Amino acid sequence: MDRTLVAWVEDKPGVLNRIASLFRRRAFNIESLTVGHTEEPGVSRMTIVVDGERTDTEKVVQNLYKLVNVIRVKDVTDQPAVLRDLALIKVRASNGQRSEVMQIVETFRARVVDLGLETLTVEVTGTEDKIDGLFEILQPFGVEEMVRTGRVAMVRGKNGVQ
Amino acid sequence: MRRTGAEIVWEMLKRENVEVVFGIPGGAIMHTYHPRREYGVRHILMRHEQAASHAADGYARVSGKVGVAMATSGPGATNLVTGIATAMIDSAPIVCITGQVPTSLIGSDAFQETDITGVTLPITKHNYLVTDVAELADVIHEAFYVARTGRPGPVLIDLPKDVQQAETDFEPPADGLELPGYQPRKKGDPTLVEQAAKLINEAERPVILAGHGVLMSEAMDALKTFVEKTQTPVALTLLGKGGFPESHPLALGMMGMHGEAFVNRAIQESDLLLAFGMRFDDRVTGTLETYAPHAKKVHVDLDPAELNKIVPVDVPIQGDLHHVLNQLLPLVEPAERPAWLGQIEHWQGDTAVRDVLNRPENGRLPAPRVIDAIYEGTGGEAIMVTDVGQHQMWAAQYYPLDTPHTQVTSGGLGTMGFGLPAAIGAQVAQPDSEVWAIVGDGGFQMTLQELATAVQERLPIRIAVCNNGHLGMVRQWQELFYDERYEATPLVNPDFVKLAEAYGVPAWRVTEPDQARGVVAEARAQEGPALIDFHVAQKGEEGNVYPMVPAGAALHEMIRRPVAISETG
Repeated sequence: MDRTLVAWVEDKPGVLNRIASLFRRRAFNIESLTVGHTEEPGVSRMTIVVDGERTDTEKVVQNLYKLVNVIRVKDVTDQPAVLRDLALIKVRASNGQRSEVMQIVETFRARVVDLGLETLTVEVTGTEDKIDGLFEILQPFGVEEMVRTGRVAMVRGKNGVQ
Repeated sequence: MRRTGAEIVWEMLKRENVEVVFGIPGGAIMHTYHPRREYGVRHILMRHEQAASHAADGYARVSGKVGVAMATSGPGATNLVTGIATAMIDSAPIVCITGQVPTSLIGSDAFQETDITGVTLPITKHNYLVTDVAELADVIHEAFYVARTGRPGPVLIDLPKDVQQAETDFEPPADGLELPGYQPRKKGDPTLVEQAAKLINEAERPVILAGHGVLMSEAMDALKTFVEKTQTPVALTLLGKGGFPESHPLALGMMGMHGEAFVNRAIQESDLLLAFGMRFDDRVTGTLETYAPHAKKVHVDLDPAELNKIVPVDVPIQGDLHHVLNQLLPLVEPAERPAWLGQIEHWQGDTAVRDVLNRPENGRLPAPRVIDAIYEGTGGEAIMVTDVGQHQMWAAQYYPLDTPHTQVTSGGLGTMGFGLPAAIGAQVAQPDSEVWAIVGDGGFQMTLQELATAVQERLPIRIAVCNNGHLGMVRQWQELFYDERYEATPLVNPDFVKLAEAYGVPAWRVTEPDQARGVVAEARAQEGPALIDFHVAQKGEEGNVYPMVPAGAALHEMIRRPVAISETG
């Protein structure tokens, strides 16, 4: 089972490289890693999804703490949290199939963000399962491209992750 | 006050109480070298940058201060790498300052450009590429702090040439550092400390595994008090030597691959292992499947990533060993352990009979006799710096230490070529102490150009070459495990005596066992550096390091020294 870590790091050059280098050197297996700004200037936030079968999450946490620029790390897997992935899917949809695809998109509460003669591009946000589901259903129409952001996570409730 | 980047380097080194820098100038760092003498920081000109990082490391381990190495960009910087990796794995605090091509040329494959922060990313505790001279003072201040605090380690500062030349208003950094994520924790979790104390009070066959952490946290006295109160015998790792006096009745000696058989047996039969500032390296555990199967385990280490890394333990305590021992002391009960200590003494049994030193004289010179002659000559009070290989193990076995910080050796990385340059660093740190560099003929030739540095700086290092004409430890493995096929291990050596003399170093050759003591005395009488080329036994019982745990074997499955009954050749 995969596990979700949230890491707050100093927004300095090379920090992502340090973390990627650490994972490679210690042979940690990760599923995804996202990084972006936070409410606090100078602090970036990473969501790291670790392959919990092959990699000891506790070791990942302890090794992250060895990096001088890592401020704090939390394993949020066992906390109630909002987990979201975002995908853009370009699917083949000529005149005859367009309405069918649009119906599917609606059912998944996704939206069409680009419409071409041969294709349309769908933006979908949700859990990875939901995106996997949409992808599977769209596949028979012909998926030209897909890109996913990887998981971001936030603990529910007032206090969240302390 | 307006200062250039170059001036800020020396101003900050002075503020960090740096007395000496080991280095070699070059195009991208010479601007920094230029104002050095105005700041009165000593510079020792090495002959290869690898030696500069090793010397900074040797200096750091003996002095307890941060060692500093300086080199130019490109090859100068990459030559530091072996020394940086050595310092990283042995937790030695050093700061390396490298020149870099001007910021405008970074990424253009300019002359002597190497991405040294990229290269050293996984082998430094932290590193910096300074692109703004206004940040330089803060970076240097932070670098020294990071290098020496927490689990110490190497830090590299890469300094582009234009940053060295640029001027800024210099302001000394404020005391506080902006390192929100870097807060080394010292005290152990009280609940875990209580659990550990309970296990200690219940144990019948405890053994302490004392490592480098004892020395780094200056926990020697606390450890001794703890040992005597709880009557717990102490086994040492290689880097733990000096952390507990080996002459103490409760000192067992070195554990692991080349530890004495009874020490490893005590570990295997123990019911409680107290791992104090050590990291269960594969050289001390043997195969993990059968490691100390009856023992509960308490592990104290400053670095939480070491806990449960190799050996799962019952009580993992993150903290500075000195603090944790002080927390434990009031909680542990005084104990007597006559049965357990008697049992260990029984296992010790015929160890003395098997000792190489107790074998009858046969005209050959086993290396342990060399170490013993140095031990006798120096009264056990020298700073022992070794290279890596057979001689290193013999030095550990036959030069028992009672004084902390008097051994300097490359433990984790096993870096051949470490010995002589590290001895230079050690001698600079302790100019009034007697420093011996024990080296093999193989490793010595990896950095022997540093004889010139020793001569130029008039450093009275005594160099003992244990010369067996081979890459000895590899040769030993070939003899024991590779069908005696000596692939690429025999060495055609230069005449080390003539070589030393060419550098201006007085030198002697010793081929007979009865010459050893006299020549050691002669070397000790020299005012500058001196070298002895000991032609030691090459093979078999006298040429191999025993006891030995073969790779993949359990700790108690040792190849022991044969009992010396008669002269068998």
